[in-house]
Amino acid sequence: MSEKITRFFASRWGIVLAGVAIGVLAPLLQKVGNPPNMGICVACFERDIAGALGLHRAAVVQYIRPEIIAFVLGATIAALLFREFKPRAGSVPIVRFVLGVFAMIGSLAFLGCPWRALLRLAGGDLNAILGLAGLVTGVTIGVQFLKAGYNLGRSYKTYPVVGWIMPVIMIGLLLLRIFRPQFSEGGPIFFSEKGPGSLYAPLLISLGAGLVIGFLAQRTRFCTMGSIRDVILMGDNHLISGIGALLVVAFITNLILGQVSFGFFGQPVAHSSHLWNFLGMVLAGLAFALAGGCPGRQLFLSGEGDGDAGVFVLGMIVGAGFAHNFALAGTPDSVANGTVGGISPYGMAAVILGLVVCLVIGFSMREK
Amino acid sequence: MTTTVDARGFSCPQPVIMTRKAIQAGEFPIEVLVETVTSRENVRRASEKLGCQVEAEEMGDEFKLTITK
Repeated sequence: MSEKITRFFASRWGIVLAGVAIGVLAPLLQKVGNPPNMGICVACFERDIAGALGLHRAAVVQYIRPEIIAFVLGATIAALLFREFKPRAGSVPIVRFVLGVFAMIGSLAFLGCPWRALLRLAGGDLNAILGLAGLVTGVTIGVQFLKAGYNLGRSYKTYPVVGWIMPVIMIGLLLLRIFRPQFSEGGPIFFSEKGPGSLYAPLLISLGAGLVIGFLAQRTRFCTMGSIRDVILMGDNHLISGIGALLVVAFITNLILGQVSFGFFGQPVAHSSHLWNFLGMVLAGLAFALAGGCPGRQLFLSGEGDGDAGVFVLGMIVGAGFAHNFALAGTPDSVANGTVGGISPYGMAAVILGLVVCLVIGFSMREK
Repeated sequence: MTTTVDARGFSCPQPVIMTRKAIQAGEFPIEVLVETVTSRENVRRASEKLGCQVEAEEMGDEFKLTITK
């Protein structure tokens, strides 16, 4: 029976089901409180968690997002039920950390992970086209490295406790979300009072939706980066059928909920600085490709015992700290002032630096 | 002669890349060792797409796939 279910989730219908679930749940999460065109955004939500913990002090993006917690725990539940929880680690963790840092810097230059790029497009934000083009470009560069022999090396089976570290960290975050202790006067835990960080769905709804998605994504190996990589590398359109389902279903759900507004300028939590939308996601796409998974996939892997994926996630959270402390993240367009947003000169330098670092990693980590 | 591909510990797409190389080299049967169900399903799908037959067996907490053409 378990084997039959496994084969179903590994089939085309399985991956489409995961895409449909995200396509329905993300716009609904927006409807019940999450920020506009941000029903789910792995990068933004990890950034909000970094802010809540005080790793950055951008007051408008601080909240412990239950969706991230539930993604990991949903994947853990699925992995345990289907005997796939396999503690493993030891495949160049420090490289994965650095890739996580720059993946976040690239994502925040664009203002979103690949999931949010799809959700932004499904809400009519045409800037997402530049972001997705950048993502495809970055993954394409990554595929060239894979073809030339780039790989992260082997991971190794390890002690069960290693696999439990990320799920337990998530339970810790959930406790911080529920009890919100004040660790010092004027100190964390911070929750935004205005801005995107102050917009959130009720706790139990966020947790429930996150658990469903985490479960399905663990079973189906849903991955945005992998979907593009597999098409380019092997002409395999399995994963991308899930991505297509996500985009179409999210668009239809947004239409039904009245959440579609086409345009470039003044889209919610977005800027229309085209070059940096593109280049930010080139960096992110390349970092995801070199690290073997998009931010969502890394969360699900970390939930099924993959300690290296956990290190990538922690790299992203630390990267979010840098992105906001050093003013690297994108600034949204201002409708009130009619000004186009974008990224600071520091942000531009960080994106270029990230591209250089990724290229060095890609060129140097090859088996001869 | 049997070709053995030891893809244990590698995460995808490595096991698939290694298997495809072995299939293209054409020395059948090919035995592929992997550790995760994800890799098992990916290798199976990629091999079947290249017109091969795949038998998978569980060996402890690893899998052995035998690929024939």
